[in-house]
Amino acid sequence: MNSLLGALAWLGDPVNWTGERGIPVRLLEHLGITSAAVLVAAVIAVSLGLYIGHTGRLSFLVVSTTGALRALPTLGLLVLFALWLGVGIGPVILVLVILAIPPLLAGAYAGVESVDRGTIDAARAMGMTEWQILTRVEIPLGLPIIVGGLRSAVLQVVATATIAAYLPIGGLGRYIFDYLPLRRFEPVFAGAILVTLLALVLEGVFAALQRLTVPKGVRILQGSPAARGGSGRARVELASGSPAATAHAQGASGPPQRRSDSVSAENSTSLPTQ
Amino acid sequence: MITFDGVSKRFPDGSLAVDDFSLTIPSRTTTVLVGSSGSGKTTLLRMINRMVDPTSGRILIDDEDVAGLDPVKLRRRIGYVMQNSGLLPHRTVIDNVATVPILEGVKKSEAHARALELLDTVGLDRGLAKRYPAQLSGGQQQRVGVARGLAVDPNILLMDEPFGAVDPLVRDELQQELLRIQRDLSKTVVFVTHDIDEAFLLGDQVVILRTGGVIAQAGTPAEILANPIDEFVASFVGADRGKRSLHVDPAHTSGERGERVLVDGGGRAVGILRDEAPAPRSPGAVAP
Repeated sequence: MNSLLGALAWLGDPVNWTGERGIPVRLLEHLGITSAAVLVAAVIAVSLGLYIGHTGRLSFLVVSTTGALRALPTLGLLVLFALWLGVGIGPVILVLVILAIPPLLAGAYAGVESVDRGTIDAARAMGMTEWQILTRVEIPLGLPIIVGGLRSAVLQVVATATIAAYLPIGGLGRYIFDYLPLRRFEPVFAGAILVTLLALVLEGVFAALQRLTVPKGVRILQGSPAARGGSGRARVELASGSPAATAHAQGASGPPQRRSDSVSAENSTSLPTQ
Repeated sequence: MITFDGVSKRFPDGSLAVDDFSLTIPSRTTTVLVGSSGSGKTTLLRMINRMVDPTSGRILIDDEDVAGLDPVKLRRRIGYVMQNSGLLPHRTVIDNVATVPILEGVKKSEAHARALELLDTVGLDRGLAKRYPAQLSGGQQQRVGVARGLAVDPNILLMDEPFGAVDPLVRDELQQELLRIQRDLSKTVVFVTHDIDEAFLLGDQVVILRTGGVIAQAGTPAEILANPIDEFVASFVGADRGKRSLHVDPAHTSGERGERVLVDGGGRAVGILRDEAPAPRSPGAVAP
């Protein structure tokens, strides 16, 4: 406890109390640390997850890393890295990257893995290259799950980024770590509340983003199983302005298409062909 | 012309799907590979566009060994239609049909114009162009699949049980549609099915396969019906059960015009005997 108090005592330097250490600056610092860590982790884990999902190779990595990396104590790791690399932003980003890798890796892998094998087979059979299969079929269809991994990573990192203040780097954790030893609990609580609010806002943003990334054709498939059989009901649901239909106005069917129902279309062979 | 020359395929698990298979598929005709599951028919089909590579032997398209061709380029000039349409669920009908031309660098507007024409060809209303596959019936999805297969105007069209998952009425309709398209376009069609009636309807050449890709008999439907080469073929086409030998049953002859009812060897009434062939069915006259 004494070493902690010592580090915090250093943090109690009046320089850190000035106006430019105010909430907006701390918030931006917190977001900056979070996005830097998630970005670095995404470059590593999403590319690896996409590769594993597409090729089916190295899939043991997903199971082992997600399990093992999650078991690591973040604060202990931070101290270790700080002793090794020296105090600075480096160790913070490093531990947060390690924290963010498992959900990102699992999300990217599971996203690609979730795509129907028949769809991929058809894409290959019609002459898509492996890269085109990945970018035009697997990523668009797996995106909701990939974004789900991102959502989970952001949530964990934004909450844990508080420990950046431990080293001491910026971020909202500074209010907690700076004021706790002074037994000034007001700023400590304020810091905790700010971190919680930020996490909740980001959670909401990413939940919405995740919903938006469901391709329209897939949403129809999931939303109304009846649509598969081409019944009129599915069309009515669509035409009546469901969120799916309104969100993608450019793809939504216009009035003439709404009128043509599947039964007449199925028999349209009798129509003169141009 | 597609030539299989002593082709074998052993899968990594050790199973021998096709053993020393040789066959010539003439251009601009329909060849149907028919057999039960395990006959290697789909494996044979997928070797033509290198979705499966043979363990030994060669496949030649117009005397050119496909093994020396880039798989992606090869596949882009061969149409492929599969059982569950294989449409991209996140793309509209028109985008699905135009996928390969756009990959080949055709301008989007041109590819879309061509895709609309193809919807006409396969008997789909142009109003469906902006729909997603999930908004179509099974039969409509298969039509889009056929349109997509025709999108690059390929010489060869591979069809892997394309009508296997639709109900009998729709299947009948799609078969007639394919016959009409083939009359107009004269592609080299290789069609895989387990349904012998479908094979006899669509095939100029029918190849009946036993387990392991062994040809039991190959020939025109008439040749096979008239002379099943062995008991396996006889049983496969239903000749052994009397399904293929029809006679006029006096007991059933009735009606004002004295229609003569045809009965098969099993005693099942199968149709009416007429003096003249019925007029060819126009696609539009098909039952709903």
